[in-house]
Amino acid sequence: MNLLSLQNVDKIFGGLRALKEVSFDVPARAIFGLIGPNGAGKTTLFNVITGVYSPDGGAIHFEGQAIGGESPARVATRGIARTFQNIRLFRSMTVEENVMVAGHHLHQASVLGAMFRTRAQAEDEARLGKRARELLDVMGLGRHAQDVAGSLPYGSQRRLEIARALMLKPKLLLLDEPAAGMNSQEAAELERQIRFLRDEMGLTIVLVEHNMAVVMSVCETVHVVDHGETIAHGTPQQVKRDPAVLAAYLGKPTEEVA
Amino acid sequence: MQLLRRLAIASATGLLLYGIGLWLQDGLIEYVQRIVLLAGINVILAVGLNLINGTTGQFSIGHAGFMAVGAYGAAFFGVKLGPVVERLLGPGVVANAVTFNAALLIGAALAGLTGLLVGAPSLRLRGDYLAVVTLGFGEIIRISFNNAHFLGAATGYFGDTPAGLPAYTSFFWVYAWAIAIVILIRNLTFSQTGRSLAAIREDEIAAEAMATPTTRLKVLAFSISAASAGIAGGLFAYMQSGIRPEDFRFDKSIDMIVMIIIGGLGSISGAIVGGIFVAVTLELMRDLQQYRLVLYALLLIIIMLVRPEGLLGSRELSTAIRARFKRAKVAK
Repeated sequence: MNLLSLQNVDKIFGGLRALKEVSFDVPARAIFGLIGPNGAGKTTLFNVITGVYSPDGGAIHFEGQAIGGESPARVATRGIARTFQNIRLFRSMTVEENVMVAGHHLHQASVLGAMFRTRAQAEDEARLGKRARELLDVMGLGRHAQDVAGSLPYGSQRRLEIARALMLKPKLLLLDEPAAGMNSQEAAELERQIRFLRDEMGLTIVLVEHNMAVVMSVCETVHVVDHGETIAHGTPQQVKRDPAVLAAYLGKPTEEVA
Repeated sequence: MQLLRRLAIASATGLLLYGIGLWLQDGLIEYVQRIVLLAGINVILAVGLNLINGTTGQFSIGHAGFMAVGAYGAAFFGVKLGPVVERLLGPGVVANAVTFNAALLIGAALAGLTGLLVGAPSLRLRGDYLAVVTLGFGEIIRISFNNAHFLGAATGYFGDTPAGLPAYTSFFWVYAWAIAIVILIRNLTFSQTGRSLAAIREDEIAAEAMATPTTRLKVLAFSISAASAGIAGGLFAYMQSGIRPEDFRFDKSIDMIVMIIIGGLGSISGAIVGGIFVAVTLELMRDLQQYRLVLYALLLIIIMLVRPEGLLGSRELSTAIRARFKRAKVAK
């Protein structure tokens, strides 16, 4: 069954057609790669799926329900979590607090309960804290729980974003360039963590990534866009040899020689 | 068990406050007593404003308006309620206390409601735009009172009798309310809701992507902040025989901003320190009344240059002390 499906999605910014009839299906428990040259519309696609932009045409379905045009908070509550290309952490809060924020829709205590510190509220807090620390352990950040998020090294900040996204209890995780700025050792560790999220936590993952080593090793299906249009779709091996993809990345071969 | 413990702590605190109040009444000249009361009222204002300006990061510079709504609401309904309560309970200390606190709560509810009405449309704006809109609303509220004839218009509201408003406000009530409000707002700040508010300050787009209902939480924080300004307004009203619209001019809002900036935006302890600081310096500068804003401006510039994060930064005294204890233990 397809968890996420896009049919002919359009997005127009003034005179620029950022997305042109993009369609693809992401089956449940897949690791799905979304690649393309800079400015191809990958992040725009993420923004349209998560409700930051509403699509100007086409339909987006999540678990069979239309979600196009819903608010980001609503989409997140449905079970779609994301990370950001240009890391957006709550920088002056601690690592643990960063993760706990994403539990807002899971906690039950009322505002009055919080003000009067009722028992139910204290239990709620303890539950959120425990879950946050578990997720930090999964992402290898357990011993940094009390550090200020902004003080973490770049790679750890990226992993903290994933931990925070997991706190939402998502079904679908959208990762926007998770390996950017990581060295090859960190990238290998990230690959292991992405597989763990799918195999052990049952998540479906869509990732935008420029690090081709990561994409080729971890993704089962790759979807390639350029100038807002789909140019190829298939397994990493197929896509790697696709002439349209080579042209997009390397330029078209020309007949005349200068 | 927990409830029993809380009740015990509350009654012990109450007794202590009562004792200090009696001692102050005998020991201090009226002028100093007034500063002590104003300091307590400022603490309520500063801690309330800090929730929206410091924790949530939404800059409001019209809080004098909410204080005015609370003051007028408490004064008006207290005057109307007084005789009814006296008929039920008989005149005396109990009736006064009931009337006073009911009046304060009505004032706070009205202020909170006004906050809701002002906040719901304007909190969609950000930064400077929000500041300008709240400033405008603050002035609209003041000018409305200036023209409300049943509330005395520009001459002010002094109740129905020539004696003016009853002097309900005492050391005990000011500090009981101040302590209660500090505790309630502290509890809120260190809860899931408080974390979500701080997340809105840090990065609203990310907060929204993490399923935080940002608009609803901002409006909620704004209303709570307005309601506590309303309590402060009610306490302020019953400190003197009456209230006038010009008590709640724009510079009152500036006073509040100065309190939280001096103490350190986002810190509850800082807001407390700032509130007391402003009450004392305002009195020291009484002779220089017309230069007050100039001196404030200078003070703010100096703080921005020397200590931009305010006296306490965004830290809390309690956590700093705990950290020191821990370090001392480790050293041993």
